[in-house]
Amino acid sequence: MSTIELRQVEKKFGDLHAVKPLDLTIHDGEFIVLLGPSGCGKTTTLRMISGLEAVSGGTIWLNGRNVTWLHPSERDIAFVFQFYALYPHLTARKNIAFPLQAQGESRETVEKRVNEVVKLLRIEHVLNAHPGQLSGGDQQRVALARALVRRPAAFLMDEPLGALDADFRESMRSEIKRLHVLQHATTVYVTHDQIEAMAMGDRIVVMSEAEIQQIGTPAEVYYDPSNMLVARFIGSPGMNLITGKYADGVVQMAGLENRYAVPQGWQSALKKGLDGGSEIVMGFRPEAAQINDRGKLVGKVYASEMQGSSAVLHLTINENDIIHIRTHRLIPYPIDTLVHFDINPQMIRFFNPKTEAAIKPEVTQ
Amino acid sequence: MSHVELRHLSKQFPGVTALDDISFDVKDGEFFVLLGPTGAGKTTTLRVIAGLEHQESGSVLFDGEAVDNLTPSDRDIALVFQQYSLYPTMSVYDNLAFPLRSPLRRKSAEEIRKKVEDTAEKLRISHLLKRKTAHLSGGEMQRVSIGRAIVRSPRVFLMDEPLSNLDAKLREALRIELQHLQKTQGSTTLFVTHDQIEALTMADRIAVLNEGRIIQIGTPEDIYDRPATTFIAQLVGSPRINLYNARREDDTISISDSDVHLPAPRGSKPPSEFLVGIRPENVNPDPKGNFTGQLVLAEPLGVETILHIQSGQRTLLSLVPGITSYHLGDVMKFNIAFEHIHYFGLNGDRLQS
Repeated sequence: MSTIELRQVEKKFGDLHAVKPLDLTIHDGEFIVLLGPSGCGKTTTLRMISGLEAVSGGTIWLNGRNVTWLHPSERDIAFVFQFYALYPHLTARKNIAFPLQAQGESRETVEKRVNEVVKLLRIEHVLNAHPGQLSGGDQQRVALARALVRRPAAFLMDEPLGALDADFRESMRSEIKRLHVLQHATTVYVTHDQIEAMAMGDRIVVMSEAEIQQIGTPAEVYYDPSNMLVARFIGSPGMNLITGKYADGVVQMAGLENRYAVPQGWQSALKKGLDGGSEIVMGFRPEAAQINDRGKLVGKVYASEMQGSSAVLHLTINENDIIHIRTHRLIPYPIDTLVHFDINPQMIRFFNPKTEAAIKPEVTQ
Repeated sequence: MSHVELRHLSKQFPGVTALDDISFDVKDGEFFVLLGPTGAGKTTTLRVIAGLEHQESGSVLFDGEAVDNLTPSDRDIALVFQQYSLYPTMSVYDNLAFPLRSPLRRKSAEEIRKKVEDTAEKLRISHLLKRKTAHLSGGEMQRVSIGRAIVRSPRVFLMDEPLSNLDAKLREALRIELQHLQKTQGSTTLFVTHDQIEALTMADRIAVLNEGRIIQIGTPEDIYDRPATTFIAQLVGSPRINLYNARREDDTISISDSDVHLPAPRGSKPPSEFLVGIRPENVNPDPKGNFTGQLVLAEPLGVETILHIQSGQRTLLSLVPGITSYHLGDVMKFNIAFEHIHYFGLNGDRLQS
């Protein structure tokens, strides 16, 4: 059982802020993902929670206890690194048992706990092998078992899947998530991969340039990004963002003769959100657009991509902007074909280009 | 641009067969992708076409003429690698102009300037022309590398994992640019990758290689919809295809260790033991579904969600649109689109056409 709380935690290297003061509460049993590009401060934040990095300011609380100045080993937190270091001269079983033996647990307890975790991870068949004899995946599982066997108050994981190939990442991703569903250990997981963050997180903390951009569930960061950065970063391809001018309920987009009448309920919100300016950014997810011969918007085919179960059509709408529309598998359109489409009004979003912040609708739609 | 033919190429490295009787044609103007895992022979094939490696038997033809005895520079090809090889002290302009300044090509300064500017525009790097390449980001450097290849008009482009070192967003953007360029220029392109999504999204046709052999050649649709082997079925598609042992008794197929029983396909019936492959998008939750399972995991990716549905000892992956909240542990009903099931023999080969 554990809750982790960060109050105004910050990290400075000289004058440079690696992490600007941030507040974050991680609930008991929650799987939290710190997501962002390299250099955004996510790993530094994780290392401050673990105690491997001292804070420059603020406090860290574990279950209501101030642990800010406790040594890592006194925090009862298991840290799982990207490259698992297994002892090569010990069998898988001995590797897994090691942390318990080091704590001085009785032989029966060690045996019982090792067997439990081994069953959970389905690695019974590798127990007598040495790490060198195991596949990469089994090595990861053994390392995961070694972390789990301690039953720490919380897990901290720093890109544990980073070194794996794509296929394997997918299966390990679901395995780690599945374990979490079964055990509900509080977990803080760091990644730069938005797909991993979406798939695994109960909540995602999107970070960039040493600050939190948004904290939300996968659905929140995907459907209601707090700003343009989050909108672009989440999703593959990211959210379409089109610049335009807003007046009298209509957005005139840059380029082709595209005019978009904004849905009911947005008009007063836009007036307020744009601070009286007319520059606006319209956002919608690739799957929010539907190709339709009578559609009110139009783009020119730049490329089309078959992606397996679906396809993505890339359209230019002016000299600089390419938008992406997800469709069913289709007969590819030749380049430069004009394609008409509509946007599902429930899925339209607006941003203020000056602040890059999302504009909130005043009435629930 | 040229039509490229490979005829029965074979090559041994000490202890391994690098290429085992490789034959295929790349049509004039085609985007042809060699897809396979590390060690499959993709890069070796590309290097033989370039003349950087030599085959022990077989022949490479450009427009019907063997080029086996030509040096790499006489083959008139352009190469783009994973590692960008730019001159760090030169400007982007000079890097792009370099291949044109070769005494062999005898181009006027004016001609060169025009070519370089055109190329920069196509790759959206016009604003970088005066910059030294050492000051560019990874994505910009790879654009310049591609620019250096396309600035002249070689007979064929050979690209070896040019996008692998870039981050996901840049890779996506460059994938689109490369495809657009290739289609608008009509250049014959051979592109090597281990990434199935790159192969599906860019290729006119894909050759899947494994252990030095070609296992299937086809359009992305052929490869995805009619994989020739279980290896290809698992290599292509994300999330991965559901692949299970199955048995047939009369007209009923049962996935082993599960509660899934399906009608056998009409016409040619599978043998008594075989493998079934079901793509996750063909497993559809439906309150009136024929099958029952327990939801053990949901992975919301955004545009779609992967559901892990347990039936007996098996877990089936199901791909559903959007992000919807599910309650883990719930019993749920689902259907399987029978007409899209893949059947493979125990040796891994596809059973029906």
